[in-house]
Amino acid sequence: MPLADLLKEGERIMIICNACRYCEGHCAVFPAMEQRTEFPPRDLAYLANLCHDCGSCYHHCQYAPPHEFAVNVPETFKGIREQTYRQYAWPRALSGLFESNAIATAAVVISTIVLLGFLAVSVAAPGAMYQPHEGPGAFYEIVPHDAMIVLFGVVWMFALVAFAVGFARFWRDSGPGGKISARHLGRATLDILRLRYLDGGAGDGCTYPREAPSQARRVFHHFTYYGFLFCLASTTVAAIYDNFLARKAPYPILSAPVLLGIVGGVGLLVGPIGLSILKFRSDPVPNPRSRLVMDVTFLVLLFLTSATGFLLLVLRSTAAMGPLLALHLGFVLGLFATLPYGKFVHAVYRFAALLRYAVEKPAS
Amino acid sequence: MPAMLSAHPIDVLVAGGGNAGLCAAMVASEAGARVLVLECAPRDFRGGNSRHTRNLRYMHEAPDEILTGAYPEEEFWQDLSRVTKGKTNEPLARLAIRFSAGVGRWMTDRGVRLQPPLEGTLHLGRTNAFFLGGGKALVNAYYRTAEHLGVEVVYQAEVAGLEVKDGAFSSANVVHEGREYRVAAKAFVAASGGFEANIPWLKESWGEVADNFIIRGTPYNQGRVLKALLAAGMKQVGDPKQCHAVAVDGRAPKFDGGIVTRVDAVPFGIVVNQDAVRFYDEGEDFWPKRYAIWGRLIAEQPGQIGHVIIDAKPIGKFMPTVFPPIVRNSIRELAEALKLDPGVLDTTVERFNRSVRPGTFDPGALDSCTTEGLDPPKSHWAVAIDRPPFSAYSLRPGITFTYLGVEVDRDARIFLKSGEPTRNLYAAGEIMAGNILGQGYLAGFGMTIGTVFGRIAGRKAAEHAAR
Repeated sequence: MPLADLLKEGERIMIICNACRYCEGHCAVFPAMEQRTEFPPRDLAYLANLCHDCGSCYHHCQYAPPHEFAVNVPETFKGIREQTYRQYAWPRALSGLFESNAIATAAVVISTIVLLGFLAVSVAAPGAMYQPHEGPGAFYEIVPHDAMIVLFGVVWMFALVAFAVGFARFWRDSGPGGKISARHLGRATLDILRLRYLDGGAGDGCTYPREAPSQARRVFHHFTYYGFLFCLASTTVAAIYDNFLARKAPYPILSAPVLLGIVGGVGLLVGPIGLSILKFRSDPVPNPRSRLVMDVTFLVLLFLTSATGFLLLVLRSTAAMGPLLALHLGFVLGLFATLPYGKFVHAVYRFAALLRYAVEKPAS
Repeated sequence: MPAMLSAHPIDVLVAGGGNAGLCAAMVASEAGARVLVLECAPRDFRGGNSRHTRNLRYMHEAPDEILTGAYPEEEFWQDLSRVTKGKTNEPLARLAIRFSAGVGRWMTDRGVRLQPPLEGTLHLGRTNAFFLGGGKALVNAYYRTAEHLGVEVVYQAEVAGLEVKDGAFSSANVVHEGREYRVAAKAFVAASGGFEANIPWLKESWGEVADNFIIRGTPYNQGRVLKALLAAGMKQVGDPKQCHAVAVDGRAPKFDGGIVTRVDAVPFGIVVNQDAVRFYDEGEDFWPKRYAIWGRLIAEQPGQIGHVIIDAKPIGKFMPTVFPPIVRNSIRELAEALKLDPGVLDTTVERFNRSVRPGTFDPGALDSCTTEGLDPPKSHWAVAIDRPPFSAYSLRPGITFTYLGVEVDRDARIFLKSGEPTRNLYAAGEIMAGNILGQGYLAGFGMTIGTVFGRIAGRKAAEHAAR
C-alpha cells in the first residue's frame, strides 16, 4: 500500500478507535490516541511506533475484519512504521536499503565477508590463513589489530550517527518540544527493559502468535534483546582489555569477554529461532506475510552472526580458525553496517515513542 | 461438525454463544455435563451482543481489586427500581443483585480480565467493572475456557424448532450448512438473545417505520428460539412493543455498528426534526441519564430522523464521533445540506437564541443556562448557537435490545403459560432479562443478568441431566 493510502487508513481507523476506546487498557497507543482528536501523518508515525504489535487490539476488536469497518491496527501500524524507518533514515540516500531489505542486507553482509576474507588473505603471512594459531594475539595474525579497529570503529560510529539523526528527526516530528527529565528517561527505559507493553495490559502476555494470551513473544524477544546486549558488553570488555589492559584476544573460556559472549550468543540463537517460529505461526490477518520480510532478515542475520561466533570459539585452535574468524567478523561488520537500515531501528523509534509518551502523559 | 450434532448423547444443549450461554455452558461442564453450544453466527461474529458490551455491574460490600467503595444490595436495588419504575420482578431482581457479589473473581478465574472504568465514562468506578479489551475479549476468553473444559461448539447452527411435550424438552431441530439435524438433550438452555435484528417482527409493533431503525448489535438476534419457545406454550414476559433505543448517527451501518455510532452532542445544541422544528428539551438532564430516551423520541418523528445542530463553541467537548459532522458557515447553508427548509431552520435557531437567558455554562453540572418562553424549553446548557461554522449530525433510532422474553423462576426454569414450570427448559440473558428489566436500563446490568442467570441455568440444567 502506498504511503498516502496507509496514512489515510491509519487516520480512518484511529477515528473509529477514538470513538470506541475499548482497548485503552492494553497498551500505550490508545491512551496516547485519546489525547488527540486529529491524526495527521506525524501523529500516526508516533502512534505506530508506540505500537508493539501485540495483536490484542485486533483480536479483541468488535470492528476487526470481516466487519465492514475492517479495523486492523496492527497491520496498518506495521506498514506506517516501515515508512517511518525510510523517512527518518540517515543519510536519506541509503533509505532505499529498506526496499527489498532481504536482498539489500544479504548484499551488504556478503560484501563485508568478502572484504574481511580479502583482508585476511592479503595480510596474513603466506599459508598462515590455514594454520592453527594459538595464544594471545592469534587473531591479529589473520586480521591485523589496527585494521579491525579502523573498520569496526568507522562502521559503528556511522551507525550511531544514523541512529542519533533518526531519533532527532522523529522526536522533532512527534510532538511539541517537551522537557525530558530523568524520570521520563527512566520510565521509557524501564518500559523497554520489561517489554511492558507486551504484557497485554493485565500481565497475561499478548495475543501473539494467535488469539490466546501468551508470553512467548516477550520471552523470545528478551532472549534476543538481552542476547544482543550481552554480546555488545562482551565486545566492549574485549576492547578495553585489548586497548587499555594490554590483554590480547583470543581470551580463555573463563574470561569476561568469552563468558558474556557465550551468554549473549545463546540468546541470539534461541531468541531469533523462537521469534521466527512465532512469526510463521502468527495470524496472517494482523500479520500479513509480506510484512515479515524485514523482521525475518534481521533475525537470520543475528542467528548467523551468533552461530559463526560459536563455531569460531569451538574451532579456534584448529586450522579452520583463520577462515572462521574472517567469516564471523564479516557477519559482525555486516550486521553493524545494516543496523540503521533494517529491523533493528525499531528499537530507536520505539524508545523515542515511549519517551514521548512518558513526556506527554499526565502524571498519574 | 455434523458429528457433534448427531453422534453422542448430550446432557445440556445451549442455544446461543454469547455471555449468558457461555456462562451456562462452562458451569454445566464444570458440573460434569456433556455440553453442546449452538451459535448461529460464524466464528468471526460469535458472541451475540456480548461482543459489543464493555462492562458489568456487580454488588460489593467493600472495595475490591477493581471497584472502589461499596455498592450494597439496597443501593443497587434502588438504582434498578428507579430506571424500571417498578416494572420488575423483585425476588428475581434481588437474586440477580445478590448473586452478582464476587462475580468479578469468578470471571477472572475463567480468563476475563477486568479493569477500572475507561476514560470519559460516566463515573462508574464504584459500580461497574470494565472488560479489558471489551466484550469481544470476554467472549474470546469464555470460548477458550469452555473449549478447554470440553464444551463442544458448533457455529452457524440455527435452532429452527423445539420438541416440547407437557413442559419437557426432548430435542431441537438444528440447521447447519443447509442440513437439518435433530439434536436430543436432557436439558435445554435458551440463551439466544432478543429479536431486535428481526425487522419484520419489529414492524409488528412499530409498523413500516421500523425500516428506518438501525440495529446497534448483532444481525443474528432474530428471535427464532424465543419464537419457538412461545409457540411451544411458554409464558411470555416484557412488553413486546418496547425496545431500548438510543440516538445514533444516521450513517451508521444497518447492523453491528456498536458503540462508535453514538452521538453525544445533543446537550450542546438543539435537535430539530425533518420540519426543522424542535421537539424535546435537549437539556433536561445529564446526557448519560437521557441518551436512552432519544432513540424513541426520534422514532416518533416524521421520517424517524432528527438533526442535532451546534455551533463552533462545543467542538471538542463531547466524545469524538466516528463520522464527521456536516459543517457549513451559515444556518441556511446547513439547512440546505440537511435538506431542511432554510427559512424554518433559521427561524428555529433565531427563536432559540432569543430565548436563551444569561447563565454560567457548566457541562459538569445542571447549570443555570436555560431558555425562557420557549416550547419545548431547553432547561440546561442553553447557549446561543451563533458562532460559525455550524455543525450538524443526523440521528436515527438505534435499537439496542428488546424487552420481550420468557418468564423464569429462581432456578432460571421457564414457565408454561399455565403457570407451571417446565421440566428441563432454562433461559438466561436477554431472552429472560424482561423479567427484571420491565423498562429502562442500567449500564452494565444486562451482562449481570446474563452472567448470574447463565450460571444458575447451567447448574440447574446439569443437575437435571444428572438425575
